[in-house]
Amino acid sequence: MQKFLLQGLLRSALTEQAPTPDAASMAELGYTLERTARAKLGRSLSIREVDAGSCNGCELEIHALNNAYYDLERFGIRFVASPRHADVLLVTGPVTKNMREALERTYAATPDPKWVIAVGDCAFDGGVFCGSYACIGAVAKVVPVDLHIRGCPPDPTTLLKGLIAFVDNMQ
Amino acid sequence: MNFASKQTAAQPSRPTCLPWPREVVDRAGWLAMVESLAKGERALLSLWGESSCVHMALLEQREPPLRIVTLECPDGAFPSVGRLHPPASRLERAIHDLYGLKPEGASDQRPWLDHGRWGVRQPCGARQEIDTTCDRYEFLRAEGEPLHQIPVGPVHAGIIEPGHFRFSANGETVVRLEERLGFAHKGIDQLMSGASIERAAQIAARVSGDSTVAYSLAFAQAIEAAFDVNVPPRAIYLRALMAELERLANHFGDIGGICNDAAFSLMQAHCNLVRERILREAASAFGHRLMMDRITPGGTLVDLKPESATALYAMTDWIALMTPRLIALFGDTTSLQDRTVGTGFVSEALVKQYACGGYVGRASGRAFDARKAIGYAPYPHLAFEVGASNEGDVDARVWVRFDEIRASLKIVRQILDETPEGPIIAAWALPDDWTREGAALVEGFRGDIFVWLRMRADGVVQRCHLRDPSWFQWPLLEAAIKDNIVADFPLCNKSFNCSYSGHDL
Ligand code: SF4
Repeated sequence: MQKFLLQGLLRSALTEQAPTPDAASMAELGYTLERTARAKLGRSLSIREVDAGSCNGCELEIHALNNAYYDLERFGIRFVASPRHADVLLVTGPVTKNMREALERTYAATPDPKWVIAVGDCAFDGGVFCGSYACIGAVAKVVPVDLHIRGCPPDPTTLLKGLIAFVDNMQ
Repeated sequence: MNFASKQTAAQPSRPTCLPWPREVVDRAGWLAMVESLAKGERALLSLWGESSCVHMALLEQREPPLRIVTLECPDGAFPSVGRLHPPASRLERAIHDLYGLKPEGASDQRPWLDHGRWGVRQPCGARQEIDTTCDRYEFLRAEGEPLHQIPVGPVHAGIIEPGHFRFSANGETVVRLEERLGFAHKGIDQLMSGASIERAAQIAARVSGDSTVAYSLAFAQAIEAAFDVNVPPRAIYLRALMAELERLANHFGDIGGICNDAAFSLMQAHCNLVRERILREAASAFGHRLMMDRITPGGTLVDLKPESATALYAMTDWIALMTPRLIALFGDTTSLQDRTVGTGFVSEALVKQYACGGYVGRASGRAFDARKAIGYAPYPHLAFEVGASNEGDVDARVWVRFDEIRASLKIVRQILDETPEGPIIAAWALPDDWTREGAALVEGFRGDIFVWLRMRADGVVQRCHLRDPSWFQWPLLEAAIKDNIVADFPLCNKSFNCSYSGHDL
């Protein structure tokens, strides 16, 4: 019974994934990223996400990178549970003062070489929360940032493009 | 609507709140309210401060359903509500942190949102500059030979928001969980004060990104109430359409996430396909995947094209096909049931005491849904049933979400069938001589969102209070995890899916 259901589910889900122009260009983006990441990092890129006080909109879209449409892991890029395992910190939010130390400590806990990607308009300059007594604003004011991916929130395609740009420019 | 004619007819009057009146009470009146809350005669909807007064929104068992009372606090103190009615406790601590008003007799006087790091105390009251420090925080004690503590966060292992959890455990069993929140505090109360309507609407849309539509709607409704704006019928339907799409997307995301936390990732893979399709349809219909900034006071900023309506209809057909399969997969997987049934139980008495909304309340026998209870348009014209259960466990919170998915699908179809033609935004202008107050209660996917605001005569926001449903859900998570094993915490937590950002403001 369950097996039948599982197969049924799997079949219908596959038919829903008909390739669209968008999906095709997406796959191309992804494979570029895979090639470059492999060349520069060997096998994989490990990302630790840090929410530095975002509204969680950015998190939702970062999450979407893991769904079957984008399936980030097939390119060797994966999210890890600890900064100790990470190459890259993906930081969102206008860095609330209450999160500053946690962000600094997460950065310190990430082994070298390490990179920081600031995701979202908040992480770029504080976004709509700019000027608040409770926010520092740009992530770059707290830890060195290697790349900004703008958007409120950036959609998964923009995030993928940003990751490619990042790997391409990695020293 | 035509504001010009109205303005000449009416005379400036003292501020009053629409659509629910706000009354100023004396100390005795305030205390009487607190006592009736403690007896369960009415429910606490919110408690918030201003520089020299506190307000309390109450849910009544008669008409009008909502009532707001105010106590002036010239001495910078007010009789604690939390002393007799614990659900008010954290709200009072937040009022003290931000406005400096002291809840007299409160049993818990620890700071809540203020961690000592802002460089200022009472930022919205009598500001006091300080050197930025890090306050010591005394966690409640759990004592006994075999107990140990597990601190978790604010940075968590998953891609989630920041918060700290302090577990006291006896072996594997959780004896006490204490939450410490406020890490996502962005100073929204202060940013709102003095903001133009446009800017305030943008901020409201970013209080909690997963509920951006619901927050925008609540903010817009409060403004519309304050200024007596008649929203065109087409806009009312389109807003409800966006709200239901948001609800559907989040419920699918949640159900997948809950199953994933029980190590059943197949379910998550399929739920996220549905979620992604909804977001893509939302993007093509409304121009933004999360539909952020699409709702504005007076109406909506984007119209629905006929081809988008057709695409959305096709999507509901597909979801209606997928849902029973997902339900079967969830219901027939006994290893999954083994994790969800009986886990993270919350009693009916507790959800009623906390007036806990959303799926958390409805899974424990509190049927409240603002779409029904307040019955804002267009919901009274639509047929749907709200989810309900009395089981109170993780399993029930999943089933209630499935109920709500079915209800939302039904609503979306009715909206697509019945949306009238016409304009999508009301022509309205700010009157230039009045201070106005408005309030709204809107059902987001997580529960009821309460907004109260006062507009200054020069057309900017004087004070806007946004109360996330999580305020009354977070404390119940502490109750839900008690006597469960530590390893079931992610499961319980995800079944609540409280907002950190919405709570921390
Ligand atoms: S950039 Fe936008 S979506 Fe991202 S955290 Fe900021 S407000 Fe939220």
